[in-house]
Amino acid sequence: MGDLIWILLSTMVVNNFTLAYFLGLCPFMGVSGRVETAFRMGMANIFVLVLTSICSWALNTYVLDYAPYLRLISFIVVIASLVQIVEMAIKKLSPTLFQQLGIYLPLITTNCAILGLAIFQTNREYNFFQGLFFALGAGLGLTLALVLMASIREDAERAAVPAAARGMALVLIIAGSLSMAFMGFAGLGSAA
Amino acid sequence: MNKPRLVLSASPHLLGADSTPRIMMTVLLSLLPVVAAAIYTFGPSAFLILCASTLGALLPEKLVGKQGSLKDGSALITGVLLGLTLPPGMPLWMAFLGGFFGIAFGKLIFGGLGQNAFNPALLGRAFLQAAFPVAITTWPKTGGPWMALRGDNFALPLMSPQVVDGTTGATPLGLFKFEHVPTSTSSLFFGSTSGSVGETCAWIILLCGLLLAWKNYLNWRIPISIFATTFLFTGVLWLIDANHYPSPWFMLFSGGMMLGAVYMATDMVTSPTTNLGCWIFGAGIGLLVVIIRIWGGLPEGMMYSILFMNAFVPFLNRATRPKVFGAPSRAELRAAKRAQKQEDQT
Repeated sequence: MGDLIWILLSTMVVNNFTLAYFLGLCPFMGVSGRVETAFRMGMANIFVLVLTSICSWALNTYVLDYAPYLRLISFIVVIASLVQIVEMAIKKLSPTLFQQLGIYLPLITTNCAILGLAIFQTNREYNFFQGLFFALGAGLGLTLALVLMASIREDAERAAVPAAARGMALVLIIAGSLSMAFMGFAGLGSAA
Repeated sequence: MNKPRLVLSASPHLLGADSTPRIMMTVLLSLLPVVAAAIYTFGPSAFLILCASTLGALLPEKLVGKQGSLKDGSALITGVLLGLTLPPGMPLWMAFLGGFFGIAFGKLIFGGLGQNAFNPALLGRAFLQAAFPVAITTWPKTGGPWMALRGDNFALPLMSPQVVDGTTGATPLGLFKFEHVPTSTSSLFFGSTSGSVGETCAWIILLCGLLLAWKNYLNWRIPISIFATTFLFTGVLWLIDANHYPSPWFMLFSGGMMLGAVYMATDMVTSPTTNLGCWIFGAGIGLLVVIIRIWGGLPEGMMYSILFMNAFVPFLNRATRPKVFGAPSRAELRAAKRAQKQEDQT
């Protein structure tokens, strides 16, 4: 159990997907204008990451032993199509949830964070539950990064930012600063 | 010109004597004893480092800052504070670069004073830590002649500094972490240990902090909450296993704890605006410092904890926003919304 909690926390903060591995930067830059939308994006990410983890675990255990060279392609195909199917199901079954997540789901199905998760999980040979906590941690970490970024950006909107730095330039600089702040956690847990 | 008989203006109508330059100058004056202690401890090296980082901070403010923004003294304070957090033996050009980065990318790019998200001095230091991890963790030995340089201060850019064998020491935190040698609290308190330029002499920083808190130029809740959290957290660990974990007094008086809690975390721009927010902010810093120092890969975590909590400040401000007088509370608003929704559905 302690092992699982540790996987969750370390993926969330120490090895944050966005701020330490620089994965999933597209939603991080693109959908972090408002705290509200950033939070929903994070939730959608958690959802897809957990699905991915389950999928890649199933593929690895039952299918890919026979054809390991198909790993990348099958990950992409299976994850993307599964998310599409789930999206259709949600649309039918729960329109409110669909409205909350809807537009973000197709955006992130082929995201590098998603594929990264599948590959990391395979390389580290996580079992089902480890993979699940890994995905949850990665998703929570992404949500944390997104919400922090969005709240700083909302404040910066009211600031007299010089013309040269307005827009994406400032976002990149905030991202760099955030990433430096997260560097302090590097090596956490390895010393003691 | 006659004095106008009727002045029409928006509130507030009662104005205090405080202004930005006045506050900055007071903070700067309160830093003088700290600077003096730094120079007393580390000799000419400390002075050179402080000059280099201050020049680095003033240059971009002069070049691109708004008209007159150099005179409000905030860039000066950033430069001095950055200098106080650097090891005395560091090459000067690195200190200069740190000051430059802190002001240019930590402050001016956000639109100048009052609009930055991260503490510029600490951002400069984090940049240096990422760019020159060896130079920023090379500490001088204590003792030796006062006039001697504490390292290769004059190394040229892109040249590796000449470190003479036997001239490097270790900070109390480094000693504890890597060799498990504790340092006595009194030598930490009176500053006879190795460390960054201005962080070794705890009692002077505390006194200056008290003065600023009395003048209300810093929110006393932040340092108190940092100290209390650190003390309690380490205290519990220490009671569990005194051989393995450092004593709470050691944690409180070592490394950048004092300087960070008194001068960095309380930066008016990058700390929360509400008192409740300040308590949470301080508690977060205290917790993170202990976590990074004890379980992390680095011996010191003050800088990173403050930067990390800086990122939470906009969020804390929002979450702890006080109720407007006479306005409905959040629970009431939620209830009203629910009622509205039910009405819509029926």
